Amino acid sequence: MAPRQPANRADGSRSSAPTRQPTKATKAPPRRTTTTRTPVQPRKGGELVHLPTAAPPAEAPKPEVRLSDVDEWGRSEHMRSFVRKAYDPVYRYWFRAEWDGLDKIPTEGGALLVANHAGAIPSDAPVIMHGIETELGRPVYGLADNFFRKAPVVGTLWSRAGGVAAHPDNAYRLLREQKQLVLVFPEGTKGPSKTYNERYRLRRFGRGGFVEIAMRAGVPIIPIAVVGAEESMPILMRLPSVAKALGIPYVPVTANMLAFGPLGALAYFPAKFKLRVLDPVHFDVEPNKERYSRSKIMDESEAIRERIQAALFEMLRERQSVWFG
Amino acid sequence: MKRRVLVTGLGSFWGGRVAQALEADPNVETIVGLDTTEPTVELERTEYVRVDANYSILSRIVKATQVDTIVHTFLVVDPTQMSSRAMHEINVIGTMNLFAAASAAGSTVRSVVVKSATLVYGCAPEDPTWFTEEMTSSRRLSSPVERSLDAVEGYVRDFAEDNPHVSVSLLRFANVIGQEIVTPLTRALELPVVPSLFGFDPRFQFVHEDDVIRAILFVLNNNLAGVYNVAGDGLLPWTEVASICGKRTIPMSPIATGAFLWPWKRLGLIDLPDEYLALLRYGRGADNSRLKHAGFHYEYTSAQAVQAFIEAVRLRQAVGDHRPIYRYENDVEQFFRHSPAVVRDQAPAT
Repeated sequence: MAPRQPANRADGSRSSAPTRQPTKATKAPPRRTTTTRTPVQPRKGGELVHLPTAAPPAEAPKPEVRLSDVDEWGRSEHMRSFVRKAYDPVYRYWFRAEWDGLDKIPTEGGALLVANHAGAIPSDAPVIMHGIETELGRPVYGLADNFFRKAPVVGTLWSRAGGVAAHPDNAYRLLREQKQLVLVFPEGTKGPSKTYNERYRLRRFGRGGFVEIAMRAGVPIIPIAVVGAEESMPILMRLPSVAKALGIPYVPVTANMLAFGPLGALAYFPAKFKLRVLDPVHFDVEPNKERYSRSKIMDESEAIRERIQAALFEMLRERQSVWFG
Repeated sequence: MKRRVLVTGLGSFWGGRVAQALEADPNVETIVGLDTTEPTVELERTEYVRVDANYSILSRIVKATQVDTIVHTFLVVDPTQMSSRAMHEINVIGTMNLFAAASAAGSTVRSVVVKSATLVYGCAPEDPTWFTEEMTSSRRLSSPVERSLDAVEGYVRDFAEDNPHVSVSLLRFANVIGQEIVTPLTRALELPVVPSLFGFDPRFQFVHEDDVIRAILFVLNNNLAGVYNVAGDGLLPWTEVASICGKRTIPMSPIATGAFLWPWKRLGLIDLPDEYLALLRYGRGADNSRLKHAGFHYEYTSAQAVQAFIEAVRLRQAVGDHRPIYRYENDVEQFFRHSPAVVRDQAPAT
């Protein structure tokens, strides 16, 4: 065994920790047999370059050298905990968010959270994500239009704070392989871009893609009805030509802008937030199929939409004040 | 049966290294290397043939040498090295001629490995985080190198369809980095401050140059047919890539970046072609699980590959290029390969 040592070193493998190598080798000598190095043997001495072998390396794996905690989706737990700290007063004292049925959200395993979407700059997404992360202690990935990927600064911050571009493959991996909670707003930009006179009237739920993903991933859909977001930043009118010129989905004129001036572009009204988690929907279909019946997808999608809509009407009937609930 | 292998692009970084690795394999009987330029690494038994860029004499070589394996590494993926016309000539026309020769009547070719790049997935905001091998680009490919690699892959698919008895493997490599290779990204990372796009911090994926060679040998030895992504584990934000290299990033204007970069390009300091600027905006990830499931083991993750790169850069900065410089001398090479004075089949001196 001993004469092989220098030869191994000479082929230039692992130069990062030369001092630790001998101890590793003496600890596990049987692994350094020639059979593990086939089928491609390193050339004899004096190499110009390191010749890699096709066999798995016999040495211990190199230490991982990551310097940040940004995951493959762009989310950073560091950033998230900073955002949680900064956002907590808003959540607690400005919106005074109140949950009903939070226990219906599983503490482990993948699930697709589906909610209604409102407010010129939607305030429901951060409230839902913050609420679940602080109450249940598990991360929520929020799917959104890939418009965010195109936006400098905002897009990066959004991604670090747990936003993911809404691509079916992204959702599938998060739900099926990583068993995470994923939040999606099936109305898309049609929800937050509607004007105040249409408040709490759900738009079309896309083409039911969210149902298809949940079926394929084999996870339940958990509908959430949110009251309060509509009044936190109501849209009075839209400026479609400006939006077109800027290349963004919509440009709203909000009541906040009239009330607070330029600050109103970002400042919310302190509407009382109430969130109701509805019973999870399980699909009795086989996961991982190539495609699912379109009519079944649309029926399920419409059923979920109707349940959220019904819950919203009920919550609005019970609501005595926009500001105090 | 021992293999007879034809390596294209012997003078390129990849061809030379693949040939070196093949020379070490006792199951490889003959290695023939083609290129327009001479080999840049020392080779013992590889036969070098000088050809023109688009391989017009290839069918004669294939017939004469009776090769059963072709490793096609002569594909340009770094557009800063030549005009797009020259690149088209090498990538598209070269591949077309290669496959014409390989599928000629009486061809002995039984396996083909092509080294493509994840550039064929393009780079757009509509992209998924991970590209699997079946996926295609979200948008129409716009840059010359992406389009030419896409055309190459079209020929590969056609060849595989027309020749079902040939095992065709197409490897798509992520951004390669390591001790030696020079790419637009390594040049950017060697600058005192690393250019980035203001407000964007996309996630990058790297594969170490050793893993590239190992992957090529792996598919050869296991006769793996099909398309495989070859990319290290993990995605790193560009700022983290820079900080592993111990550098800061300097943001460039995300609009009119080309105009902003023009003077720097003229000075020869920053040369980032369009597809790399897109990468600095949106990043790209390639799912490597298919090759892993086939049994391949990566030696480096994305982060470790970057670490290996910067360690090599530091060593070079301290002691210069410590490896002996090799120059191909035709007479010397011919002497060692063919002179009766050379005693071959010696016991290897250890």
